[in-house]
Amino acid sequence: MIEIKDLHKSYKIGKNLLHVLKGININIEEGELVAIMGSSGSGKSTLLNILGMLDVADKGSYMLDNFPIKDLDETKAAKYRNKFLGFIFQSFNLINYKTALENVALPLYYQKVGRAERTEKAMQYLAKVGLEDWSSHLPSELSGGQKQRIAIARALAAQPKVLLADEPTGALDSTTSYEVMQLIQDINDEGKTILVVTHEDDIAQMCKRIVLLKDGVIIDDKKVNQVRASDHV
Amino acid sequence: MFNRDSWQEIFETISKNKLRTFLSGFTVALGIFIFVILFGFGNGLKNSFQEFFMDDATNIFRLFPGRTTIPHNGFKSGRDIEFDNADLVAIQKNFAFQLQYITPRIQRNYTIKYKNKSNNYGLRAVASGHQHAEKTIMMKGRFINNQDVLNKTKYAVIGRLVEIDLFKGEDALGQFIDIGKRSFKVVGVFQDDGGDNEERFVYIPYTTNQLIEKNTDKLGQLIVAFKPIIGYQGAMKFEAELMTFMKKRHDISTKDEGAIYLRNVAEDLEQNQQFGSLLQMVVTFVGIGTLIAGIIGISNIMVYVVKERTKELGIRKAIGATPRSVIAMILQESIFITTAAGYIGLFGGIFLLNSIEDSLDNYFIKNPYINMGTAIFATVLLIIFGGIAGYVPARRAARIKPIVALRDE
Ligand SMILES: Nc1ncnc2c1ncn2[C@@H]1O[C@H](COP(=O)(O)OP(=O)(O)O)[C@@H](O)[C@H]1O
Ligand SMILES: [Mg+2]
Repeated sequence: MIEIKDLHKSYKIGKNLLHVLKGININIEEGELVAIMGSSGSGKSTLLNILGMLDVADKGSYMLDNFPIKDLDETKAAKYRNKFLGFIFQSFNLINYKTALENVALPLYYQKVGRAERTEKAMQYLAKVGLEDWSSHLPSELSGGQKQRIAIARALAAQPKVLLADEPTGALDSTTSYEVMQLIQDINDEGKTILVVTHEDDIAQMCKRIVLLKDGVIIDDKKVNQVRASDHV
Repeated sequence: MFNRDSWQEIFETISKNKLRTFLSGFTVALGIFIFVILFGFGNGLKNSFQEFFMDDATNIFRLFPGRTTIPHNGFKSGRDIEFDNADLVAIQKNFAFQLQYITPRIQRNYTIKYKNKSNNYGLRAVASGHQHAEKTIMMKGRFINNQDVLNKTKYAVIGRLVEIDLFKGEDALGQFIDIGKRSFKVVGVFQDDGGDNEERFVYIPYTTNQLIEKNTDKLGQLIVAFKPIIGYQGAMKFEAELMTFMKKRHDISTKDEGAIYLRNVAEDLEQNQQFGSLLQMVVTFVGIGTLIAGIIGISNIMVYVVKERTKELGIRKAIGATPRSVIAMILQESIFITTAAGYIGLFGGIFLLNSIEDSLDNYFIKNPYINMGTAIFATVLLIIFGGIAGYVPARRAARIKPIVALRDE
């Protein structure tokens, strides 16, 4: 599903060049649930942003579903993001004046899905994350866990090929974290490819594969026996 | 881009961000409202100005007799000048080419009586030309004519309000009124645009008045009308010649400024027109100023709005909004708000102007109005600039990378 070869990324900070990713090679198959680990500042988010076409690499190749991702202008990137990718952020990034339902329906609006169908589909995904009763609530009326579920429903609504989650449990307590991970596992069980950036070991253990980043390169990449989140709840 | 769905999205955004909508809408509405009111007031000021100064004929000089200030030809200074019938004839003879008509005006105050009603009124003893000089409009009957002057008839022409005061709804025409101790027949009733005071006068032939006053030949002031075809230059030349002519007749030094006063309405007119266009310029200036203030206001608000929405726009872009759709959304929203608010301000302003009408007459604002073309032009201008004001920050926002926007917390 994802093929990355020799990916490099530097940031300019003043006159200095900060080399964040120094040659990343990785293949991810369809249906995988991959944890990307590493200490703070090791480049996890940078990698995920490049995969998510929110940022561009300086060097290297990137294939998504056998489709080369290169020469992206903003408009193309926006269309690919909408079509191929779903994002889950640590800080949820819901639109605060839109209800849960409207937030979930928004990617479909940009896919030019009609209003009635949008509402129906969004309702389905809300039900999937167990929040159909909260559809008319604003984000400010929801708990952290509920907000993240809404964000997951929104990411799913566009029916992307890959879900990218940057520290999805970073702002949640452990019980809530496990509930969110359970949801992610369920979605993965249905066959969706998911990448989860985390620096928490227990969250990583709930994935099927752990990739360890350090100083801009992958220093470890191993399959693990998935711990089911339901065992913790 | 302009389908029903995107409108729905915009209405949602507008209705859920009431403060923002109100702020930008209010600025525009207020801008247009003030523009309309100021412009209307400016026009009202022009109206009262015109009424004040344009009421009378504009092709006349007024000659007022004064008192000499310089000894001349053996006369001491301090001598009172009076015009008489001989002056009238001499002017008519000497300036036949320039002269349209000439009329004296002898002004007196009399108690005027009809049956048992009486009141004090101004009496003006004049010739027929006076009707043109004051633009007196006859409601019924006729004005003093040349026959009256020749025959020294005891005919009177009374103002509309004199008729109302004395006749109480009765028709004054053909009735007899007492002016002082003498009886005059009413041959006409007039109205005048110059206001209430102009309609409380009574006109009689000047010759009749001279007869009453012991058969004198004195005339009071002279109103001299020139033929309009001689033009402004011709009028100025006529004025100078007339002055010289009159000074010579009355043994007045050419340097004497006090013996005869001459008021040239043509000159006044020129000044008044200059003042009128100055007024127009001030009004236009104030209007443009208001519009610019409105445009600056809406620009600032758009910058603030887009800044406030940076994160939201980042989220929208992350989940698939193209830069184009971001710009379109912000533009559509700002144009919709400015249009709606602009028309609220426009019609609010026009409504207020219409309801003012004559109530500010005392402040020299008469019938304030703005013509629809100007008002709509101003509104459209504000909408266009509102759009441009929205476009610049919208384009900037659309260019911000989503990660940058999302980091902004
Ligand atoms: N846009 C940016 N400009 C400059 N430096 C950046 C930018 N984004 C990230 N960095 C730097 O790159 C390094 C890696 O960042 P990041 O990928 O966010 O790390 P992680 O997510 O693993 O904590 C950090 O040192 C960070 O300060
Ligand atoms: Mg990070």
